[in-house]
Amino acid sequence: MPQRKSWVYYNDRLSRYLFISSAVLVSLIILCIIWFVGMQGLSTFREVSIIEFFTSSKWSPDSGKFGALTFIAGSIGTTLIAILLGGPLGLAGAVFLAEIAPPWVRAFMRPATDLFAGIPSVVYGYVGITVIVGLTGRLTNSPTGYGMLAAGIVLAIMILPTVISLSEDALRSLPRTYKEASLALGATRWQTIRRVLVPAASPGILTAIILAMARAIGETMAVQMVIGNSPRFPDSLGSPTSTLTSNIVMEMGNTPFGSTWNNGLFMMAFILLVIALIMIILVRTASRKGAAR
Amino acid sequence: MKAHQADRFATIMLWIGALSIVAILIAFLTLILGRGLPHLTSEFFNGPDGVRGQLFNSFYILFLSLVLSLPVGLGAGIYMAEYAPKNKFTDLIRLSTESLASVPSIVFGLFGMIVFVNMFGLGFTILGGSATLALLNLPILVRVTEESLRAVPRSYREASLALGATMWQTLRKVILPTALPGLITGITLVAGRALGETAILIFTAGMNVSRIPFDVNPLAAGETLAVHLFAVKSNPLPGTNADQIADGTAALLIIMVIVFNICLTLPSRWLQRRQLGKNKM
Repeated sequence: MPQRKSWVYYNDRLSRYLFISSAVLVSLIILCIIWFVGMQGLSTFREVSIIEFFTSSKWSPDSGKFGALTFIAGSIGTTLIAILLGGPLGLAGAVFLAEIAPPWVRAFMRPATDLFAGIPSVVYGYVGITVIVGLTGRLTNSPTGYGMLAAGIVLAIMILPTVISLSEDALRSLPRTYKEASLALGATRWQTIRRVLVPAASPGILTAIILAMARAIGETMAVQMVIGNSPRFPDSLGSPTSTLTSNIVMEMGNTPFGSTWNNGLFMMAFILLVIALIMIILVRTASRKGAAR
Repeated sequence: MKAHQADRFATIMLWIGALSIVAILIAFLTLILGRGLPHLTSEFFNGPDGVRGQLFNSFYILFLSLVLSLPVGLGAGIYMAEYAPKNKFTDLIRLSTESLASVPSIVFGLFGMIVFVNMFGLGFTILGGSATLALLNLPILVRVTEESLRAVPRSYREASLALGATMWQTLRKVILPTALPGLITGITLVAGRALGETAILIFTAGMNVSRIPFDVNPLAAGETLAVHLFAVKSNPLPGTNADQIADGTAALLIIMVIVFNICLTLPSRWLQRRQLGKNKM
């Protein structure tokens, strides 16, 4: 009976092949992206030395200087500020939601944090320009306020939902017995959180932080709108500078496709792509460590 | 006693942390809506600088990107949940889905620019923008599909297969209908994210809007609302009321996000209730 080649059998076969080919297509797409962006970006090094690109902060394509260190430093700096501000706050929110919040507070706060994730990044940039830049201008005594601190604050808010939801999931997936054992030994709730729950959930919390960093370093529009867009090395928190992403947006439109300048911008995108892929591998090792425990 | 004081202090600090998170959100919403809502007049939509075209393009590009990404995303998700054996090949596909999910959107934008704008020579088009946006949707669709199918109890599959149904029949008649609430939530999530996407569309769909109202030509350039907000805020044209347009556009985007978030919870709850009702009978 199952051997009879009826249309039911063919449909089953056909759908199976369709599903497999969809899955293969998804893999092909990421390979294509790495290949195309990588080839375009790496062709920069036919005319620019690798050492210059990564160690010089002189970026003036008109006079043939292609040092991208300013942008790399800007990206790393803003990401670090974002993690330092948003990480602890997000973690506090996650601990609160998982351990302290009464059910009705949680029922209200969980969708509220999801709303953060839905706000488009240009709207974050818009709020950055209208409010946060004025604030950072006063904090850093700079005339405009555009710069790494403004970008870092905007990013810190943008990564909150990632940190909160993933850390809360990690805390909630711990066996109840951990908490019960600790409380039964006479530990207070805070001691239990600090000595038992957070350490036990640390692989998941680490994953949350890494993914938040990946989001922060790749974020484009919001950062471009508040960073100031000057190709100056970021030597202070409140002076205008640039990041990898913001510089791509600024200069992509003015450069002919295939020129060294244009290729240099593709190389910056390729750096971002490689960083994202490294983060994914880190997340995988972190979660595997968690599973091994 | 010291431990108890520390406990009380920590509890207060955690409450303050949580309240400040909520306060930031409320400040965002009141700021954006307070500044923008007064500008949302019919002039704002239909006037000479009106955003009617951008609003239409936003939904048109969203629709096309979903048409392009749904079949592949669902297919790959179904494969991962129902068919995939535990081997290297499955692991590779999972790794590539996760990697695709972590690709910054500007990299998608540049990729789309190489492929659609330069290789195919289309220039900035709605079609190129939608196709590139579809790549952003894909990994989320795969994950959401896989998760909602895995949430369907094993016994449903076993019962259906034991009755002699093929895998395809089981999928179509049993698994997919049961997983529908989860799938709808996931698709709304993807749509909400795609609606606000900017970095991809600047490089693929461009920053021009068609002069013909409701132009469905997929080979025209199509500026969306989010791109418009970026354009008027970062390069304000002198002599226009750019600030008012920006305020109104931001408010409109936020309203769209809130509506999507409500849609996220309502239909899936309703479907779930209907199914539970059915099962009881």
